[in-house]
Formats: sequence, C-alpha cells, structure tokens
Amino acid sequence: MPKVTYVTPSGDEVVVNSDEPNLMQAAVTNQVEGILGDCGGVASCATCHVHIDPQWIDKVGPATDIEQGMLELEDNATDNSRLGCQVKLTPELDGLVVRVVGQ
Amino acid sequence: MSAETTIAEQNAEQNAEQKKCVIVGSGHSAAQLCVSLTHAGRSGKIPVEITVIGDEPHAPYHRPPLSKTYLNPAAPEPLQFIRPENFYRENSIEMRLGKRVESIDRQAKQVCLGGETIPYDVLALATGSTHRRPPIPGIDHPDVLTLQTAAQADVIRDRIRSDRCVVVIGAGFIGLEFAASLRKLGVRVAVLERMERVLSRVTSLDVSRFFEAMHRHHGVELHTSVNVTAVDEVEGRLVVRTENGSDFTADFVVVGAGAAPNDQLARQAGLDVDNGVRVNEYNQTSDPDIYAMGDCCNQFHPIYSAQLRIESVQNALDQAKTVAASILGKPVKQNTMPWFWSDQYDVKLQIAGVSTGFDQCLIRGSAKLGESFSAWYLKQGRLLAVDAINDARAYAVAGKLIPTGMCPRLELITDTNITPKELLQSAKEESNA
Repeated sequence: MPKVTYVTPSGDEVVVNSDEPNLMQAAVTNQVEGILGDCGGVASCATCHVHIDPQWIDKVGPATDIEQGMLELEDNATDNSRLGCQVKLTPELDGLVVRVVGQ
Repeated sequence: MSAETTIAEQNAEQNAEQKKCVIVGSGHSAAQLCVSLTHAGRSGKIPVEITVIGDEPHAPYHRPPLSKTYLNPAAPEPLQFIRPENFYRENSIEMRLGKRVESIDRQAKQVCLGGETIPYDVLALATGSTHRRPPIPGIDHPDVLTLQTAAQADVIRDRIRSDRCVVVIGAGFIGLEFAASLRKLGVRVAVLERMERVLSRVTSLDVSRFFEAMHRHHGVELHTSVNVTAVDEVEGRLVVRTENGSDFTADFVVVGAGAAPNDQLARQAGLDVDNGVRVNEYNQTSDPDIYAMGDCCNQFHPIYSAQLRIESVQNALDQAKTVAASILGKPVKQNTMPWFWSDQYDVKLQIAGVSTGFDQCLIRGSAKLGESFSAWYLKQGRLLAVDAINDARAYAVAGKLIPTGMCPRLELITDTNITPKELLQSAKEESNA
C-alpha cells in the first residue's frame, strides 16, 4: 500500500496509506481537503488538480494530452500539474508528495 | 419582496435552533447537498441536521461507471462511493437507505414512510428519473432490462458472457456506452434506433455519423430508422420484432430510450409539476420550504432562456450547491453552464452547453475516425454549445465562452491553425471591440 502525502490548500500535511487505484480516489476516501473528484475519475471535471512534488515528477510522469487540455486555462497549472484521477497508485510511488491545488 | 429576503427572513427565524433538513433521494445531488451543508460547519457546529432517505440500499455512488467499466464480469469493480461512509457518520448524517418516502405532508412539514413520519424544516427532493420503457408488447419481459442503478447493472453484469447476443433498443448515450462496453468484452450486440441517426436529440449530423462509423468499426450491428414492434420469447430466447420485418434474436435486451422525471411525490403533494418539479432560480419549488434538484426538476435556464430539465452529474451537483446556499441563508441564483461527457471505446466526448435549437453547426477539424475535432453550435450567431471529440482544449475554451456570451469570428472557429486558446483571445477582443 503506497504512502502518499497530500499538502492541502490550507497547508496541512495529510498522510494516507491507500489501496485505492489512483491519487483522486485515495484522497476522496480519506477526505483530503480540496480534492472533489466530481466526474468519478475520467478526467472530465478537473476537481482533483495536484502539483506533483518536483522530486517525484519523473517517476509519476507528465500529464497526458487530455489532462493538459483540461488544465490549459487554469491559472494554477504548472509543468508538474496532474489530474489526481489519472495518476495510478503503484508500489513505486510509495512516499509520493503532492500539493493539492483546490478550487 | 424578493426571494433573497424571504429566504433570509426564514433563516433569521430559525437561527436559534439547528434546522432539520430531509433529503429524499440518494444520488449525486443528495451527496453534494450533504457535502455543501456540512462544509459550512467545518469550523464549528454543523448548521443543519441532515437525514437522507433513499430507496436504494447503497450510500450515494458514482453512476456513470455503471454503463462502462463496472460491467466487466471478469474483473468486477466495486461501487465507487461519492463520499466514504466516515463522512456521513462524522457529520451525524442519518442515512435511511432502502426506504421509500410515500408522501409529503406539507401542513405538518413531515414525510411519511412505512407508517413512520419524519419532520423537516426544509425538504430537498432529489428523486431522480426513471428510464422509460416504450409501449411495446413484451417490453416488460424479465429479460428486457434497463441500466440505471447498481442493482440493475449487477443483473446485467451477471448475464454478460462472450457467447451471448444482446439487443440494445435506443442509440442515446446509455445505449451506445453499453454497446461499447459489450464490444470491449467481445459480446455480440445489435443496436436498434428509431430515429434516422444515433444521438439525434443532442448532436448534429456530422457528430452522429462519426459515432455510427465508430460503433460499426468496433463490430456493433447498428440499425437506424428501425421501429421495434414487439419483444417475444421464443424457445427461451428473446426475439425483437421490427416494423420492416427484420427480427433480432437476443439472450437479453437493454432499453435506453430516455428517462422520465420522478415527480410523482411532488405532484401528490400539490407542488407545481410540468416535466419535472418546477423550481425557481434558487431551486425552490412552489412551496418555499421544499427544494428540488437534479434529474427530477425543471428550471428556467438563464443562459438559454428556456425551461430545462437536465439529466447530468454536473447539473445535480450545481443545483445541490444552490439549494445548500439558500438553506444556509446565503442564496445565490443557479446560473451554471451545463456540461456532459461520454466515454466510448477510446473516444471521449465532452459537451459544453446545450445545442437545442441551433441554426448553424461548424466543424473544427476532421470528423473522421481516429481524429479529434469539435462541433460548434450557434443560433443567430450566438454560441450555444460545443461537442468536443478527444479535444479537451476546445471543450475548456467553450466552457469559458458560453457563459459569457462571447463568440470568436466564425471563420476562425474552423481554422485549425488557430489554437483554442487563441480562439478565446479573439473572442475577448471581439467583445471588447
């Protein structure tokens, strides 16, 4: 079960050990502030926007084309932006740190 | 007196005590109302005591996966809950699940179920819609199914095997998503559509033709302009009969022929009902203590200047936020742009706005299989909606344009050398000019 640290918009660090399939669902199940997951995880609502910690971006990988499209007009989008629902939680991501962008 | 002051005054009266809010229904809008009401109390006492009464046995769950990933019998997915069980418990939300409200007593301000009464200060109707079964002989056969709830999806998933043959009646979103799921699992499927083309109520000809080509490419036996006249049982299987004399044999049939609002409860209680429970811009029904939200309600839409009843996740969520704002004494008018999505095979359709009544449709890009493109719908030069096929950028830009009434110059829309972002910029310049 990979461990993930979410830094919430209020600056709290929430540590989650989750067997959920992706970063969005792990956050919703653990009631992490700022992650809504309105569309259920199909990259259609952009309510699970996170910034991947720079040290982790190579392991996590860059945003797919649809994520980039969904985030193109977001003021808070950066090169490390991902939609949490599109980041699969694998054992290799144990220790991952992400910053929740929030609405 | 404006509705703002009415709601504010009601709240002032009841401020002394925690208000009791009863939510009838347990879908997306019910969950969102719980989230929005409890969010307001995060730094102290929750301002509202909430009871959710839903006739399904589950806490609110995501419905869209039911016609898609949920159906794989080889890797059965669990239901994906909108919020975890803890959320309801920690916020003292009473979940009365597997229970159906039988009536509303507006004078006594209580709902009745199974000989019991539950009092409310505010009532929120989130009763949803029910998939229609067209009046065809045999349509009530137990092997003719609908796909709307988890229980119905479970029944269908149990029957899916690669050697089965399925007929889908209706080529709307549910029918096509279901057909795509079946083809992914290697199941034979025929889709029968009464109209001349698929998705005819919601898209233009080019977009329909794209989806038809895609489904045929993936092996769906698709027939349009077909009137089903009867469903007969013959030697343990179903035979779907059509007006032109063709018969289609199936192990089971799924009907996706639109939905009707669940507005009976409201009608019995004497609330204004007309294709759904009529609500004002605050989602208040004709009784100011009763709100309605989601599929079951019908509201005047300020962007489209029309009464709309919208069946979508977005609509359920946004209307629930509107109801919460009023209950919390900070009323805000509902004015959000509708949006939708549909995932079929490797194609993502994203729709911004509502295209009903368009008089012009411009295609940006090439509406061919394997390509991404978008369809821009206008009425008298005003942008109503955009269908984006594997083109999230066009969708995102449309989402900025439609609510503001801005529109880029038409010749730019179809020019793919101009990026969607530049289209937005050009529209802004147009509106400033």
